[in-house]
This record gives sequence, C-alpha cells and structure tokens, in this order.
Amino acid sequence: MRPKHKSVETRYMEERQEFFHSLKGLDRRSFMKVSAAAFGAAATRGLVPPTSFQPVRLSAGQGASAAEIHIAYISDSHLYEKDVNDRFVRSLLRAVDDVNQLDPQPDFVLYGGDLAQLGQSKELDLGAQILKELKAPVRMMVGEHDWYLDLGEKWKSLFGQPTYSWDHKGVHFVTLLSVVEKDFWTARGMSPMERMKTVAGLDNGVQSPFTVGAEQRRWLENDLARYSDDTPLVVFSHSPLYKLYKFWNFWTDDAEEVQAILRRFRNTVVIHGHTHQMLTNRIGNIHFHGMLATSWPWPYAPEGIPALTIQMSRPDPFNPQDGCGDGEVRVHSDGLVDKIYNFWNRNPVTVAREYTVSWGKESVPARPNRPSY
Amino acid sequence: MDYQLKELEKLVRDADVAEVPVGFDPVVWQAFVPGDNATTPERVALGKKLYFDERLSKDGTVSCATCHDVTRAFTDQRKVSEGIRGQLGRRNAPTTMNAALLQTLFLDGRSPSLDHQARMPITNPIEMGFPDGESAAKEIARDSEYQKMFRAAYGRDLNYEDIGRAIGAFERTLVFIDSPFRRFLLGDGDAVSAEAQQGFRLFNEKARCVSCHPMNLSNPLGTDNRFHNIGVSARTQNFELLAKNALAALAQEPSEQKLEELAIGTDLSELGRFMITKNRSDIGSFRTSLILNIGITPPYMHDGTLETLWDVMDHYNKGGEANPYLDGGIEALALTEEEIDQVVAFLFALTDDRFRSENQRQMERQRAQAAEKRPFRDDDLAFRRKLVFEERIKK
Repeated sequence: MRPKHKSVETRYMEERQEFFHSLKGLDRRSFMKVSAAAFGAAATRGLVPPTSFQPVRLSAGQGASAAEIHIAYISDSHLYEKDVNDRFVRSLLRAVDDVNQLDPQPDFVLYGGDLAQLGQSKELDLGAQILKELKAPVRMMVGEHDWYLDLGEKWKSLFGQPTYSWDHKGVHFVTLLSVVEKDFWTARGMSPMERMKTVAGLDNGVQSPFTVGAEQRRWLENDLARYSDDTPLVVFSHSPLYKLYKFWNFWTDDAEEVQAILRRFRNTVVIHGHTHQMLTNRIGNIHFHGMLATSWPWPYAPEGIPALTIQMSRPDPFNPQDGCGDGEVRVHSDGLVDKIYNFWNRNPVTVAREYTVSWGKESVPARPNRPSY
Repeated sequence: MDYQLKELEKLVRDADVAEVPVGFDPVVWQAFVPGDNATTPERVALGKKLYFDERLSKDGTVSCATCHDVTRAFTDQRKVSEGIRGQLGRRNAPTTMNAALLQTLFLDGRSPSLDHQARMPITNPIEMGFPDGESAAKEIARDSEYQKMFRAAYGRDLNYEDIGRAIGAFERTLVFIDSPFRRFLLGDGDAVSAEAQQGFRLFNEKARCVSCHPMNLSNPLGTDNRFHNIGVSARTQNFELLAKNALAALAQEPSEQKLEELAIGTDLSELGRFMITKNRSDIGSFRTSLILNIGITPPYMHDGTLETLWDVMDHYNKGGEANPYLDGGIEALALTEEEIDQVVAFLFALTDDRFRSENQRQMERQRAQAAEKRPFRDDDLAFRRKLVFEERIKK
C-alpha cells in the first residue's frame, strides 16, 4: 500500500519513474509499439487532446504506471435458440466486432459466463461458434445459465474445466466456478429443465444461494500456496465474491471464506459478471469490478450497493442495447486495474485504479446526470 | 428567387412574423427563441433578405434558398446538394421548415443552435465557399441597404455572427405543424383516412417507429433528437477504416472548419455523429429525421439514397442494414404490403395543410415509382426467413 498522503508532484514523479522503468529493456521497435498502443487506445476513446501529441502526459493523466496487461471482456450474452430470440445473438456479434477491432489486440479475452440462457446444446454451440471469431485467445468462465441443465456436461465438452489458473506477465490469474448450489432438485423430483429454469428464475425461494464451495476453496488455497503475498492476483468469478443482494443471487454465500483465502495478498482484483451493470467495491485489499452484459442491463438491487459504486443511469427502455456493452481491463504492474465499461449507447466509463486505491476520493468517474432506479 | 418569394408570401404573412406560430403554446415557444435573438420584424426582414441572397456565396451563385427552396418544401428534393461551381456535397439537404424546433442542428448535430448553424455553410468550401466569415461580411457590407438593416436589427455594425442570427430569426418563422394528423389528435376523427389511422396504430406498435419518432402535441416533430445508426450507408462503406482515417484527420487539424469540410466534402461524412463525439457507439449514426412534413421532403436519409417512403419502409422492414453499430432498437418488422401502405398513408397525413397540393403530388409520384421498383425490399429478411447472423457465422 502507498502512504496515504502524497503530493501530486510526488505521485507524478513516481509515475514517471515507474513508466520509464517499465520501458527499460524495450528495444526501439517495442517502444514504438507501446507508445503507439497508448496513443491509439486513448484516441479511440476520444481522450487525445486535440491540439498536440502528448503520450507521456496522457499516460499520467490516465493515472499510475503504464498498463502491463490488456484484457478485453464480453459477458452475459444469454443466447436463446434462434426461433425465440436472435437479438442477443446480434449483440454478442457486436461485442466480438468491438474486441476484434482493438488495436493492438488484447492479451486475452475473458468471457464472463452465461453464454447460454438455458444451458442447451444449441445455445452453447452457437455461442462457441461465435466466440471462435475472436482473434485474441479466449478465457472462458461459466455462469449458472450455462450449467444447470446438465450440470456442466455440455459446457465442459466445449470449453474444458471451469476452474483453472495460470500466470501471465507476472500476474496470477484464477477462474472460479462461483455458482455452486446445494441440491434442491433431487428431493423435489425435478427434471433437468425444471432445475435449469428454477436457477434461471433468480428470485424464487426454491434454489439455494451461490457458493464457491468447500472443494473449490481447498483447490484455491492449494493453488495459491506457492505464491508470495506480493504476487498480483486477479480472480474471475461469475457472481460477485461478496454479499450484495441475496434474493437475486447477487451474492456468494461463502464469500467471507473465499475472501479470507485472498486476504493475504497485497493486491487482489476480482472481476465478476452476473450483475449486468457498473459495480465497484473494495473490501480490504480486494478490489471488485462488475462487467456489462451484452444481453440486458439489470436494475440495481434495492439494498446492499457498495459505497464505491457509481451507478449507471436508468437504461433507455426504447433502446434495447442501452446499458449493455463490453469492456476492457488494464492490469497495472502492481496487479490493480483500470476497468473500462464500453457502453454501446453511451460514453465509455473508466473506473481507474486510483479510484479504488483512494477509496473513491481520486479519479472519480463522471457521475451520470440521470438517476439509476 | 421571385417565384420563391411569391410562394413564401402565401405561406407566411409578413405581418405575422413576430407572432407565436400556429398551434404553439406561447410559453413553450419562448423556449425555442434564444435570449440574444428575440424575433423582431427587423431581424426577420434582414434574415429573409440574406436567405435569398446569392452574394453570400463566393461566386455569387448560391444562396440558402438554392438548397432550401421554398417551392420544394424548403429543401432541394435532390439526393445531395450542389454548392458553388457545381460541387456536390455528401449529404441530403434537411428542410429548414421547423428546423427552429430541433435541439441540435445538422444531421450529425455538430451545431448547437440555429443561429450558429445558419452561418456555417457560408464558409464551407463545397457549399458557399467564403474562406472565412469576415470576408463574407465584407462582401455584403458593400450594400449600404444591409448596413442600415443590420443597424436597425441588432443596433451594431454588420458582422458575421449577426448574419447567422438574422437568418435564424427568419427561419423561426418557418414553423409548419398544422397537419391533418394534428387535427385528428385534437379530436377531429375524420381528419385522416381510416388507412392512415391504421398506420398510426402500426406506427406505435408493430412497426416500432414511435421508439425514435415520438410524436404528440407537445413534441410535434416526431424526432427524439438523438443519433442512431440504422445502417443506411453500411451498404457501401467500411466503417472501421473510415473511423481510423477520421481520427487521424481530426487529430491533424481539430478545428470547427475542418470538421465542416470533412463532414460535407468527404467519405467521412458517412461516420455521422462519430465525427463529433469520436465515440465508437456513434459510428454511422445520424439524428432521427423529423417526420412532420416528411411526405414532401424526398429523397430520404442523410445521403438521399431512399427515394420514396415505400423504400424507407422497406429499409426498416428488413431490420435496417446489418453492421456492428446498428442501433439496438432496429429489428426486422414483418410488415405486410398492406401494413406498409397504411404506415405510408399515415406519414402523408403529417404534412402541413399549406402544402396540401404538393403533398398530393408527392404521394402520387412516390406511389407510382414504388409500383415500378422497390430496390430495398427483402421479404426473407423482413419475415425472418433469413437471419443475417446466420449468414455471417456460416462462413
């Protein structure tokens, strides 16, 4: 952690040093690539001051050191069979186009779960086929809508195991299956589709709250055992790994246990889907960011919204894509991230690393001028 | 221009110019008049003189009225407009009728007010071609009559900004909202045909028009004043490449003047709102057209590529033209031929009564043309027998 009070000048100098330090070891060609990338990224967001080319100031204005890892994300597409709905298919294709035009291409694309609406083969096959169009490598995460028809059989046959980890450029990445529910179906004699529809129904009293579960927590502990506390850690989970609103399963019931495992790391970031909205939280050293859905935006829960969250305004009911989109995550060398919400019908919003680092005091994203819900 | 002035005299009586337009609540109307440009007879008279004056163009051949012709529904009814030296721009001239009621001006909304917009074509190299506002002001200042009129209207010497203000003041008298449909809304059940009434029902329901074309007594224009990509130029353009070029060009010279040139004079015109916001979600989007008086302002869309209202319906019926930035509200509509005719009948009921004969002429002409050819009709897409996404992922 940084000391609490530092002057703007001190921070600026540190950022500069960090930036130039990160450039050491780059040959001229890669340097050109890096600076062109920074400029390009800024330019596509309209951030380039119109009068001059100032890449160094730009990276400072963006806050902190130059981002090291660039992730694009697409999440919560909820594909149906085409006879029921093809709008969500077109939305997913739009996200794929968005990501494919990124120049330079991201290190990888995270798919945030709920590719299908009812876990059916046709839905998952269609999704898999569309995601094949992505030029960058894809990391898949599973959501409850993908899982509860056949308990993951089809999903696993397409995408492999749902729980896995890997290292990339000094950051440790973990993907969890965070939507484990207790068996509510056997005793009730439910068919697979009844089970699926119950889970998809969100606010009903029949299903149980999501968990990561004891088995996966053990796995996680083992997986992390060989990493020192100062290893930057980024965790992907479909549900938020904290307790937001139980009735919609914006909730992970064993969140405290999972957080306890992550707590020893100096910087941990959790990127989650499921909530279909802008959502920011921080618990101790763990920084949480939600993802936009390509399908539809959820309203905000009536209670439990973390104080750091800047709520997006109420989506326009006349534009089905309003409040939807995709986005990017830029991981800095310390493991903390700038989280970019790329809205399809609004200006993009960046929740900068400094925002959660300063507990919401600095780099505050512009608040929308209309209420949320 | 005499024929235009004669026609104008029939449409707007000089005596009425400082009055609130027919059908408007006086308090609401005040919101459309800028604080520094109250409508006075002197300002309107000056604006009117300027509107028809070809000396506002570099070679003395083009006035506002060239492309916003009174006898052609205050547009030119051409695909794209012709400026000085026969140069063609890339955009279809929007009508100056009811332009006073828009929230932003130009099809990409690059101008914030009518008074600002009205002076911009003067320095556009394709349109009127003066190198800058000052030289245009100098040119007309040679006419002592103008010097007197500017003094009377604004109490100061002739200047470029006031040219825009005066033209804006004149255009605020061009409000035409008195349509048969308005009388229908006010309770005259016979004001529009049964077919048009059916069309209104479709407009609000199955055809989904009302999502972007809200239309009622308090918002008579039928535009949401927002920007949407409906895929018009996706037929011919590579948006990604254009966007890249646009960012490069605007970074090189980020002036209002440069934007003006690129938007009217180059392929970048097709990017629409993106040129102003540089936001990807605005690529290829243009302000929702006002549909009041739509029957008499063909051809349609920002590039004038749709010649009849039947073509417009065909375009929407098939769910627009697929492209990554297509507005989320655009869906295939599955409208039958009968339903298309009904919506079109409704659209022709939105023309101000003062243009009744032109409306009738247009309806007949467009119907005849539509009977000949419907180049944008695609029933397979309209009725979802073919889905665009399937074509794409098949390959």
